[in-house]
Amino acid sequence: MKNVVVIDYGMGNLLSVRRAFEFCGAHVEITSVPGRVERAEYLVLPGVGAFADGMSELESRDLVKAVRRFAKTGRPFMGICLGMQMMMEAGEEFGIHKGLALIPGTVSMIAKEGPDGSSHKIPHIGWNGLFPPHDNGRWDNTILHGISPGESAYFVHSFSAVPAHPDNDLAGCFYNGLRLCAVLQSGNVYGCQFHPEKSSSVGLRIIDNFLKIQPIRQ
Amino acid sequence: MEAEIPHLGGGREIDGKSMHNVRLIARLDVKGPNLVKGIQLEGLRKMGNPNKFAKKYYDEGIDEIIYMDIVASLYERDNIKEIVRRTSEDIFIPVTVGGGIRSVEDAREILRAGADKVAINTAAIKNPQLISDVSLRFGSQCMVLSIEAKRIGDGQWEAYYDYGREKTGIDVVQWARQGYELGAGEILLTSIDMEGGAKGFDTELVRTISDMLPIPVIASGGMGSIDDLESVIREGHADAVAMAHVLHYGSCSVHEIKEECLQRNIRVRVG
Repeated sequence: MKNVVVIDYGMGNLLSVRRAFEFCGAHVEITSVPGRVERAEYLVLPGVGAFADGMSELESRDLVKAVRRFAKTGRPFMGICLGMQMMMEAGEEFGIHKGLALIPGTVSMIAKEGPDGSSHKIPHIGWNGLFPPHDNGRWDNTILHGISPGESAYFVHSFSAVPAHPDNDLAGCFYNGLRLCAVLQSGNVYGCQFHPEKSSSVGLRIIDNFLKIQPIRQ
Repeated sequence: MEAEIPHLGGGREIDGKSMHNVRLIARLDVKGPNLVKGIQLEGLRKMGNPNKFAKKYYDEGIDEIIYMDIVASLYERDNIKEIVRRTSEDIFIPVTVGGGIRSVEDAREILRAGADKVAINTAAIKNPQLISDVSLRFGSQCMVLSIEAKRIGDGQWEAYYDYGREKTGIDVVQWARQGYELGAGEILLTSIDMEGGAKGFDTELVRTISDMLPIPVIASGGMGSIDDLESVIREGHADAVAMAHVLHYGSCSVHEIKEECLQRNIRVRVG
């Protein structure tokens, strides 16, 4: 059985995350103890809310260093929604705030207009298809293994990660013609903008894939 | 303000296709441990275990679930929390819970039980600040403003609460705008006139609110056929559609509804 540590820092619905990982056969521990986080076999950073609040809640629990250290171990790590956004270097939500800086790039507000100048609703709420940045061969042996381009996941967000390097961009979705980053990857560090725990069978397959990721020897 | 944000509805079309996937939501009105179905929010019929209905709709591909605890303002509310807790064990889509949520603490308990969003009507009318409080504490994506609208004239609707029993004298259009400004992340818009009648949505109501606000509007109350669904999306610009009657009485399965949507070029999630 895979042991998953879910970080509790006071942001978001941890029960749904726990249930989804348990449904996929994992043993789940929810904790805010830095030592437990650092020693996790699989680590999940969930979260809903504002970037600055999220970072300050992590800091107040002494979790920033623990998370950063874990990310260097090569063991599998998944950030969800705000947890994904905080993996970036900085967030531009109500001022500029430092992130966990695990992946180069920033987080900014979704543009208010599409490329044709038409407006759309923000937050981006709902089911949207996942598409690879270029060809579709890159998803093998990642958390998107076996997912077909165009399969939908559930999004709810007003801000969007903008990775500096295309290599870190595993999948995107399209909203009124805008391409928004949906999945980040850097080695075994993965970020999902959507909620796999709320994305029905597609989300469960992604969690299942994550639980099959092997640690990278450092 | 409304002039600056024209025609934002999810049902807006490009080349005859809706722009975004429209969310199809199963609305389950719950009384105690039972799913109930009423007509114009009065005259209830017991339908059985709400968890079983929710699981069936989930397996068939519904996009979201809304539970409305219709007696929560009057009696104790452990039933709904238990229903939500059981839902979170095997249903992995967004779940909204409404009915009887009067405080940030009530919202917290419902979210703890596994809900993703809370829908608030009565308590928000009595204390609009609650919208801001819930939104600031849990994020606007959690805060669904539930509005029961009764048509009182041409292009005019009055807000009601307690499932269409109590009138407020408040104009729905103004209330929706105020709710958005206070931090509501979505509007659940129920037409009291059409609810339970299976004769179609109040399309004008939905379009008025959806075009006015930059947040999603869920149309609720009145779906009897796919034609109703199509018109509330295309003409009403609904971002999401809540349905009850057609599902609970088995006149359409979720799968059939989605197939038919695709035939008609309405974008919905497949799979």
